[in-house]
Amino acid sequence: MTHVLASIDLAYWQQTAIKLIVVTLLVPTTALIFGIVFLFKVMSWMQSRKGPQEAGPRGLLQLLADGAKFVQKEDLIPDKADRFVFKTAPIVVLLSTLLLYVILPASQHLVVEDLDVGIFFALAVSSVSVIGILMAGWSSANKYSLIGAIRAAGQLIAYELPMVLAVVGVVIQAGTLSLNGIVAAQAGGAIFGFSALGNPFILTQFIGFFIFMAAVQAELTQPPFDMPVAESELVGGYQVEYSGFRFLFFFLAEFATAFVFAGIAATLFLGGFWIPGVDIASNTYWVLGPIVLFTKIMIVAFIIFWVRFTYPRFREDQLQAFAWKWLIPLALFNILVTGVLKVVF
Amino acid sequence: MPRVPGLIKGLGVTFGEMVKTLKPDSRGGGPVTVDYPHVKEDPAPRARGVIALHEENCTACMLCSRECPDWCIYIEAHKYLAPPRREGGKPRKKNALDRFDIDYSLCMYCGICVEVCPFDALFWSPEYEYSEPRIADLLHDKSRLGEWMTTVPDFEPYEAGSEQKVKKVPS
Repeated sequence: MTHVLASIDLAYWQQTAIKLIVVTLLVPTTALIFGIVFLFKVMSWMQSRKGPQEAGPRGLLQLLADGAKFVQKEDLIPDKADRFVFKTAPIVVLLSTLLLYVILPASQHLVVEDLDVGIFFALAVSSVSVIGILMAGWSSANKYSLIGAIRAAGQLIAYELPMVLAVVGVVIQAGTLSLNGIVAAQAGGAIFGFSALGNPFILTQFIGFFIFMAAVQAELTQPPFDMPVAESELVGGYQVEYSGFRFLFFFLAEFATAFVFAGIAATLFLGGFWIPGVDIASNTYWVLGPIVLFTKIMIVAFIIFWVRFTYPRFREDQLQAFAWKWLIPLALFNILVTGVLKVVF
Repeated sequence: MPRVPGLIKGLGVTFGEMVKTLKPDSRGGGPVTVDYPHVKEDPAPRARGVIALHEENCTACMLCSRECPDWCIYIEAHKYLAPPRREGGKPRKKNALDRFDIDYSLCMYCGICVEVCPFDALFWSPEYEYSEPRIADLLHDKSRLGEWMTTVPDFEPYEAGSEQKVKKVPS
């Protein structure tokens, strides 16, 4: 079957249409999976609850019901809001998420666009969401949303830097910016001459992995980095004035971004779609690749959400100090050591 | 840096809680919650759910009604002459309860009526499922209050050091 899949040759417009459909379907699906598995189930278990039970088998359809609820709600726009910007903001945020899905390889060929500067592109488009959030906060004409948006902007800029710097370590080691290339570098690597397991970069770049995960947590504005949406003080930050399907957009964007960031982390540090024992160019990856990648994403996501459900919120000054005083120097040190070791070996 | 061990310990706590919740009940696991509409939680001792009336004990003395801070107890009664206990005696004057209503939309569950009742006619019941779509329907009459008598649990001894006052629950 895998050979059949590999031998299919489609015209450019057919490929593009398929890719468009896949990405637009992936974003809500992955957001749903994450919402149900982590936000509902794992969170409940960690709080000694069972989670939703009534909707569907074991409450698994609860999020679909919630989504339907959001869609049927009234679409409220504040009187003094900047209507055009207010309406565009959720789309901009969701757009940044959609663009992130473009470069995530589920196998060597199962990728929407295998850019040579893949990881650079990912980091660039992930910061587009800051603009969307600022637009949402500003156009709502509400002081809470404005404070939330400013906090979000400050936080996302502060944590963009350690994220980029953490990725630099991986890029130095792999010698390429392409995500496919990084996976290939891990598959072809060796640990002290032992090459059966390849060289997942989490072994050499564990500092980078830690910094990347911390930065991802902050990019997603999840606890403990949820100052911008702090419910107890800002009633929801930049999302205050959004209701109905516009709020649903923010929700989808948050969880779909969590998925794709977990995917990037899995690709950069855990070997992505590659699994030891199967050659990276093998045709089996047409089927095996997405499964392996999904498994790795779930593992990484479990860590992200585990941290989310454990720690209380950072104070604003602690949040900034953590990025500027700890993560960035640590990341620079990591780059230095990686560079030196790269030259030595 | 000194905070790091605490952070890891915190992760351990949440993970341990998850493992405990997922373990089957038979092995000491399971969540702390219950599937509420299907399974009801055991009420706490002396839970204040609703006030039940044991009508036979009520003499319509009006003490509860007058002590009620919300004035949510409505009592109406009439006097009648009961036959004398012994041959040739005077007929006894007795109070017959016509109406004993508690308006639970006003009641604040302070329990003063239960405390002041000198004839042990009012009791706390742990029953709590008596919500109504219309607020006026929360006015419950004596037959409804009497039904709740069946849910009143036996008296449980107070904790050590508390006031010793034992109330008899009519069986």
